[in-house]
Amino acid sequence: MAAHSETVTAPTALRRRERRQLAVSRFLANRLLTFGAVILLVVVLLAAIAPVATPYGPLQIDPVNRLKGPSWQHLFGTDNFGRDVFTRAVYGLRISVAVGFAVTAIASLIGMIVGLLSACYSVLDAIFMRICDGLFAFPSILLAISIMAALGPHPGNVVIALSIIFIPSVARIIRSKALVVRELTYIEALHAQGASSWRIIWIHMAPNALSPLIIQSTYIFAVSILTEASLSFLGAGIPSPSPSLGNMLYDGKAVIYNAWWMTVFPGSFLLLVVLGLNLFGDGLRDVLDPRASRMKGGRRRGNKTSP
Amino acid sequence: MGGYVVRRLLSLVPVLLVVAIVVFSIIHLTPGDPAAILLGEEANKAEIDDMKSKMGLDKPIYEQFGIWIWGVLSGNLGQSIFLHKPVTEAFFERLGPTLSLTVIAQAIGVALALLLGITAAKRRGTAIDQSVMSFSMLGISIPSFLLGSLLVMLFGVKLRCLPVAGYQPLSAGLWPHLKYLILPGIVLGVIQAALIARMTRSSILDVLSENFMKTAKAKGVKEKTIIYTHALRVSFIPILTVIGESFGGLVTGAAVIETLFNIPGVGQLIVNSISRRDYSVIQGSVLLVTVAYVFINLIVDLLYGLVDPRIRLSKK
Repeated sequence: MAAHSETVTAPTALRRRERRQLAVSRFLANRLLTFGAVILLVVVLLAAIAPVATPYGPLQIDPVNRLKGPSWQHLFGTDNFGRDVFTRAVYGLRISVAVGFAVTAIASLIGMIVGLLSACYSVLDAIFMRICDGLFAFPSILLAISIMAALGPHPGNVVIALSIIFIPSVARIIRSKALVVRELTYIEALHAQGASSWRIIWIHMAPNALSPLIIQSTYIFAVSILTEASLSFLGAGIPSPSPSLGNMLYDGKAVIYNAWWMTVFPGSFLLLVVLGLNLFGDGLRDVLDPRASRMKGGRRRGNKTSP
Repeated sequence: MGGYVVRRLLSLVPVLLVVAIVVFSIIHLTPGDPAAILLGEEANKAEIDDMKSKMGLDKPIYEQFGIWIWGVLSGNLGQSIFLHKPVTEAFFERLGPTLSLTVIAQAIGVALALLLGITAAKRRGTAIDQSVMSFSMLGISIPSFLLGSLLVMLFGVKLRCLPVAGYQPLSAGLWPHLKYLILPGIVLGVIQAALIARMTRSSILDVLSENFMKTAKAKGVKEKTIIYTHALRVSFIPILTVIGESFGGLVTGAAVIETLFNIPGVGQLIVNSISRRDYSVIQGSVLLVTVAYVFINLIVDLLYGLVDPRIRLSKK
């Protein structure tokens, strides 16, 4: 070992430095990821223990203690009906997370099916992609508002409206990846072996086309929570008196000068969960696709110089 | 260039057709009978039938679509049942405040974003860079109405120098007009800036690593000239794209912000029409806003050619 050490000093030192640089960059990337993950863990815990964490119910009215500031009895104060703001915020968070999760799952599933089918059948491609272009043309909240106006305010309808908004973007991402996968040799080999197109699409192409969706889904999660809150704030989402972070902020608006806690606490819950998801998504992108930022410059340069 | 413009315009036809179909189907998504819902529970059958024929809902659906699309093409978006006036009239009455708000917000957003993005790119890896990136992360994550509420608290309770709700038209004077739009403009602008600053930073960093930047530096070009003339121009395409897309965010943000700050704009019109179940106003306004958004993005696309001659040449 000692005899060798002299001859390999320079390379190991170099390698060590390289490794340290790698570790540092990984750490930096992971810092976003871990920070985001910690926030999300707190959020999920809060949402999970909501019913046990507070002695109050989200709809429990206490007319005597209206608009009381934060105290030991009511950590986040009470609202204009004397309801406990902490309880309502935690239940609202629960709804936000549930809606976000449902939207992400539904949009991913349907978007994946649409994207794979469009990548494989040119007729379907023409139809689906025109529909996606059309849906893409809408400013997203406006489309959601219109759908909600038609369907009526209800949590299930929020999920439907938001899923419709996100399906086109998932479909496009999956489609472009599937177009690449389709041309790979092993798909050709499967064709030659006589595998059915059903088998090729759903068993062999689907898992390989999914990777870009992993990062995208955290953003869909975040944006759908934001949009749900906006819809509820506008009175087109989850109807009062059910607690939702959005409609709590709307209630807080009316008494904003007397009861800051009705705005600040539900607001920080909302900010916390969206921030957690965005940090997590950025971290995930750095870890899963470390070359993304470096590749971008090269790719764009290649595009521009081509005639 | 002319052929390119025509081709881009033609490619909008299927998009606009899908948009029209979606907007048209809004009213048919309603569970139950829209006419009955509109009239309330006390309405009898004759009244509902009367309303149905007034709304054209008694005809077969393809005929309804034909009539509706013909009306749209000839500039008739129907009649508002609640406001008792044509939808187009109601819409254009409300357009002014939204336009003013959008312009102010976009100006604040782009100015702030370029400033922050360029500074961050110049000082890459420093504390300044990190704080810009954290700011933009926060800006992306904060909902507009939360930021708005916080600013209202700050200005309404503590500073009291700006009005926190209401609106004055431009005809009342420039300062009274601006005064009411500064806070909402800041809210929307800051959120825009967060998005655009991110893009500005990364696209300038991309350009700075290119060989011609080294050449420019070796030639002894001043750093200011390098960044503001050379780098900014090349990196402007992704920035322009984000700015174009952000108009959509602005319009939707306006719906929320107009409600929060009580500005009588298009967004508030749409939001108010939801509870009134004034479907023709929702349909008409959403259609007009979406078409405007589509054309803004078309203009941004065409601007690429102006900024980057290579695109202009290759698309010929």
